[in-house]
Amino acid sequence: MNSQFRVNLIKQGGIWAFIVVELIFFSVAGELLAVTDKAFMDFDNMLLLLKQSAPIGIIALGMTIIMINGNIDLSVGAIFALSAIVLLDSMTWPFMAALGDWAIPLAWGFALLTGVVLGAVNGFIVWKTGVDAFIVTLGSMLGFRGLVFMYNGEQPTSHLNWTLVDFAEAQFLGLHTATWFLLVAGLLLWLLMTRTVHGRNAYAIGNNREAAVNAGIRVGPHFLWNFMLIGFLAALSAVVFYSESGSVNPNDGMLYELWAITAVVLGGTKLTGGYGSIVSTLGGVIAIQLLRKGLGHIGADTQTVNLVIGLILITVLFLDRQLNRKGKEELKT
Amino acid sequence: MAELTTKGLGKLLARQGILVAFVVFMIAFALANPRFIAIDNISGVIRSSAILGVMALGVTFVVIGGNLDLSVGSMMSFSTIVVLDLHDKIGPSLAIPAMFAMTLALGGFIGFLVGYLKLNSLIVTLGMLSAIHGLTLTWSGGKNMDIADKEGTWFSVFGQGSIVGIPVPILMFALLAVVLSIILGKTPFGRKVYAVGGNGTAATFSGIPRARVVFMTYLFSAFCVATAGLIQASRSLGSQNTVGQGLELEVLAAVILGGASLLGGSGTVFKTVIGVLILGFIQNGLLLMGLAFYVQYVVTWIIIILAVWLDIAAKRGRLWSPIA
Repeated sequence: MNSQFRVNLIKQGGIWAFIVVELIFFSVAGELLAVTDKAFMDFDNMLLLLKQSAPIGIIALGMTIIMINGNIDLSVGAIFALSAIVLLDSMTWPFMAALGDWAIPLAWGFALLTGVVLGAVNGFIVWKTGVDAFIVTLGSMLGFRGLVFMYNGEQPTSHLNWTLVDFAEAQFLGLHTATWFLLVAGLLLWLLMTRTVHGRNAYAIGNNREAAVNAGIRVGPHFLWNFMLIGFLAALSAVVFYSESGSVNPNDGMLYELWAITAVVLGGTKLTGGYGSIVSTLGGVIAIQLLRKGLGHIGADTQTVNLVIGLILITVLFLDRQLNRKGKEELKT
Repeated sequence: MAELTTKGLGKLLARQGILVAFVVFMIAFALANPRFIAIDNISGVIRSSAILGVMALGVTFVVIGGNLDLSVGSMMSFSTIVVLDLHDKIGPSLAIPAMFAMTLALGGFIGFLVGYLKLNSLIVTLGMLSAIHGLTLTWSGGKNMDIADKEGTWFSVFGQGSIVGIPVPILMFALLAVVLSIILGKTPFGRKVYAVGGNGTAATFSGIPRARVVFMTYLFSAFCVATAGLIQASRSLGSQNTVGQGLELEVLAAVILGGASLLGGSGTVFKTVIGVLILGFIQNGLLLMGLAFYVQYVVTWIIIILAVWLDIAAKRGRLWSPIA
């Protein structure tokens, strides 16, 4: 019992311990190597880090819920791109121009709606056909990307709205707008997963689908809701990011699905479903961004980031399995 | 009687649906544009599908063994960059075996992690996708790789040459497909791959060395990736670091389209070849109809979903999912 508690502590605290190790390592290594005069744990640097974590982070939050369900969504990168295009393009529509700054919330609405609809398409197919979510979203990853290209050919879509840029660059209580979106989304989803029936059902379904069905949970609609949710979050991520940058390429958002999954897995969520937490995913997102910044800080080539993240991912998987095995063996005796 | 025929038709569609769809597509495209079935067009399509196809052959082994391989795209970039770099340093006749050895070592590492350490293949290969990309960038220093003397090297034969009028990439694709088809379909090893993918626990209890079989499937995959890298490098004699980026999911799409189940234990090399050709011919047919290249993405999406849906619908005997 006691050791089971210890295993759980290691599992849930692991990602935060890793973050602390990263902070110490990069601070010390930065001093010793003396590549730059700036301290790594500079306050502004950390604020920027949170802001840069937001786009992938918001998507990773949704991916956590999808993975707790035992599903996966490979199409988030394409949803991100299409929502971004709708956001920027809709502001140039004739009737929107007449609205002045009121066009902004409307454009946001259109973009978020796009995400929800695309997510619903995925969820509906998973529900009604019974095809595995991996295959469904692998297909729609291609299909949605096709829609992105169809919208505006191979041209970038650009529209700068200065009110919007000011909003996106604003800081409130020291934190950037994007950081606030990440934190508020994180808080709401944490409440959803820990304090509501929907959240409890998500764990139940991921843990044992048969049993969940027998317990009277309507699994199909549950999946539909969650895919709509991740579609919404992918669109929200696009809204936050492109409000500031104002230009989207049709290839934007590629491989975002893989980064999001990496962050979620680093946070300890199980691919097989039934286990995971929103807070740990936030940890995973920050750990990755810290690694990128830290390696840059100590003067390592940016290319080594990929190598290091890949190896860390595999190591985490290995350690996690060792921990689980230990837990199981002790249960037996 | 009429009912019987529809039943028979349904069975045929369920069993050979992908082949039927392929034939229907070919006829429709041929009627729309006669140029579609011209010999040089067909040979052009197969030639350009060869790289994807060769990779898909290897991934078929991995998928039948019950695992995934998302690292093939980034591994292909690695092979291409390495063989191009070594070409100028140690000459092509040494560069090719050296590149194969390195790619097989990477495949062996993945095979060790998934087979012997029993780690989840999706995450391992996701991690390796990232790690190998980093390795490639470190090797090349982030720059494009080019062969200095593009005219005077025989290295270009793999991508650009032809023997008795047939382009070499097609020959390599066909040869590899035949050999791998025999290995998978006619040898004890092939049967073990199906057994391990179909029911790993049962396979272990019947004395099949599960870990070694899984390990081997990744070696096959790496060998195919190295071959694809060779064709790619030889075709263009120069390359970016990201030449294979995103290919892993297209390869997987072709394998799934061919009817291999992601749960493992089913699929054949022949079906994968059909899956690859369908993707290639759809792309070509849509281009010939004057549609932009990205229309194929949407069409591929619909076809993948329909193919897998009909496949499992036939197995469970009803169209709609029983999920409440």
